[in-house]
Amino acid sequence: MTGYLFLTIILFSLAAFYVGRSAATRFAVAGDRLAVHSRPIYHGAFAAIWVGLPALVLVLVWLLFQDGVVRTLVVQSLPPSLTEGASSSQISLFVSEIRNVAAGRIFAEPRPEIAAAAERYASWTVLANWAMVVVALCMMALALFLARVRISPRYRARQSFERALDIIMISSAALAILVTFGIIVSLTYEAIQFFRLVPPTEFFFGLNWEPQIAIRADQVAGTGAFGAVPVFTGTLLIAAIALIVAIPVGLLSAIYLVEFANRRVRGIVKPILEILAGVPTVVYGFFAVLTVAPAVRQTGSLFGIAISPNSALVAGGVMGIMIIPFISSLADDALKAVPQSMRDGSLALGATPAETITKVLVPAALPGIMGGILLAASRAIGETMIVVMAAGLTANLTANPLEGVTTVTVQIVTLLIGDTAFDNPKTLSAFALGLVLFVVTLCLNVAALKIVQRYREKYE
Amino acid sequence: MTQWTLDPETRTTEPASLPKMRGENVNVFYGTKQALFDVNLAVPEHQVTALIGPSGCGKSTFLRCLNRMNDTIDIARVEGEITLDGRSIYDPKIDVVELRAQVGMVFQKPNPFPKSIFENVAYGPTIHGRASAKADLEQIVVDSLRKAGLYEEVKERLHEPGTGLSGGQQQRLCIARAIAVAPEVILMDEPCSALDPIATAKIEELIDELRENFTIVIVTHSMQQAARVSQRTAFFHLGVLVEEGPTSEIFTSPNDKRTQDYVTGRFG
Repeated sequence: MTGYLFLTIILFSLAAFYVGRSAATRFAVAGDRLAVHSRPIYHGAFAAIWVGLPALVLVLVWLLFQDGVVRTLVVQSLPPSLTEGASSSQISLFVSEIRNVAAGRIFAEPRPEIAAAAERYASWTVLANWAMVVVALCMMALALFLARVRISPRYRARQSFERALDIIMISSAALAILVTFGIIVSLTYEAIQFFRLVPPTEFFFGLNWEPQIAIRADQVAGTGAFGAVPVFTGTLLIAAIALIVAIPVGLLSAIYLVEFANRRVRGIVKPILEILAGVPTVVYGFFAVLTVAPAVRQTGSLFGIAISPNSALVAGGVMGIMIIPFISSLADDALKAVPQSMRDGSLALGATPAETITKVLVPAALPGIMGGILLAASRAIGETMIVVMAAGLTANLTANPLEGVTTVTVQIVTLLIGDTAFDNPKTLSAFALGLVLFVVTLCLNVAALKIVQRYREKYE
Repeated sequence: MTQWTLDPETRTTEPASLPKMRGENVNVFYGTKQALFDVNLAVPEHQVTALIGPSGCGKSTFLRCLNRMNDTIDIARVEGEITLDGRSIYDPKIDVVELRAQVGMVFQKPNPFPKSIFENVAYGPTIHGRASAKADLEQIVVDSLRKAGLYEEVKERLHEPGTGLSGGQQQRLCIARAIAVAPEVILMDEPCSALDPIATAKIEELIDELRENFTIVIVTHSMQQAARVSQRTAFFHLGVLVEEGPTSEIFTSPNDKRTQDYVTGRFG
């Protein structure tokens, strides 16, 4: 139904476009060229937008509120014997039962009140849908009429079209912002629920993390401890190892590619390096578990060092390989953006290429390089799949890379897998962790942006 | 390391007539395209030699041969002999880094590093280890800025970025940066083309003063500039050195028709 409606709106807009354009073509051909303000195509576009956009907005808003209105009406129409003294969750139960019955998903014979309500629900929904269609069609017809009336040689359709485009672009940008905002709100809301059950001091400063508490009485589970410090330190340890691997390799390969490699080598090496970013993280995950971890363990045992099978070293190292392209391609861009005159200036003073790179080029490109590093860092902190597969599950407060540690993302995954109850601190703690993760990566991204902006193009 | 740097003793014993730098049968190719044809030019010591000619005539190419900056262009190939104090600078035994410390260069567009004024000037002396102590380095920086006529204008803000200066000041900073390495020859590639007339006048004045301590080769598009600052002028056309001689002669009584047409403004 709604699908057809959207299609109708598009067809109407197209029709409006042709109506507007042909109307404008007539006076554009007949009249004095200078007296006609806008080209016919703008008149057409103007008419199409006037017809399409308001109808589209109307339908979207209608769909957003329709169900709520119908639901309220149905609940009000329920006999008082049912709703009297019922809590809001009981009412929700009724509503979902009514919906199921209305949709034909009947598991047992419904009560007569519910069956009647379901009938009302279904008929009102159909009515509302038809009303929407009629209103939308009327609106489009009215808009087409108004647009057609306004089309005249002196009408500034070009500017009107510009303004409409402005609005479309602003709404696209607003959508992204709204979604971000929505994520923050939902995360914060659930995190606040969590902090009602577990004091923030325990979460942020506690050293013991055992969240797997029972959600049914017959389960065998932990006692429940929500000190997230070991989880945070584990994340930092793995991210630090990843950066220790990625920064030198990424930076040096970027320097090599920009300053030393000839065109042919560059044409081969750069795409290969960029393939690293295209490898699915799950592939890195089993590469870490099946290949790297056993190799590291064997090497360790040669020297008599016991290495945990899911050591931070392996997870961090493989993650480091994954984020090399982030650093190398951003450093590459930053180095390439340094003007040739800087290189010439330094070389002409008798500096060697290495001195030129370390003393002039890298400092000049530092904002871009730092931006790349921070981006890689936030990627490393937020990366999930590799650590789920290769890092440990138990929170372990250690700085030893040979032991297993766990990360925020791993914990979020394990907390939300399987049975979850949303009044339980075990489930809710995932949101608190997610919020912290979000804030940290947001800060890193903002810092990266600030650094890049602040020092950008100081050499021009 | 080869004993490339001449010690002052041997230098003073050389005949005064020997040119500081000399190019003999210099041919330069960019890929398959030949940019310079059999150029023979001598650059006398403590004089300003101006290279003039229309765009694309090879004057900048020749200039860049003198401190081997053409090495940085992959497809460039230089043939013939170029000497500094009688020694070939394209000799494989020559350390190009040391050569460039002796033959400095100032570019068309001011290109200060995105560092402070002090660091810009201190860059060369630091990498060549010219100053052993911090005080020495400061002395070199101040002296170089003084010689470049910039010190009075920037003495209050030595630690502010060099990129914050005006175009003319930036160019003098680049000259100070080149002087700080204590070169013997300074090459200037149209050093005033990005500057306004007042800044240009200052740089020209400076070039005249620098002649006392350095040998200068300057590429310029402005014939007035060549006439004002140089003692000798070389006219290039289509990759060929058409004529060279004392500036006054080139501008008043050139031998070649092409030179005459160019200096009288008939083409170029």
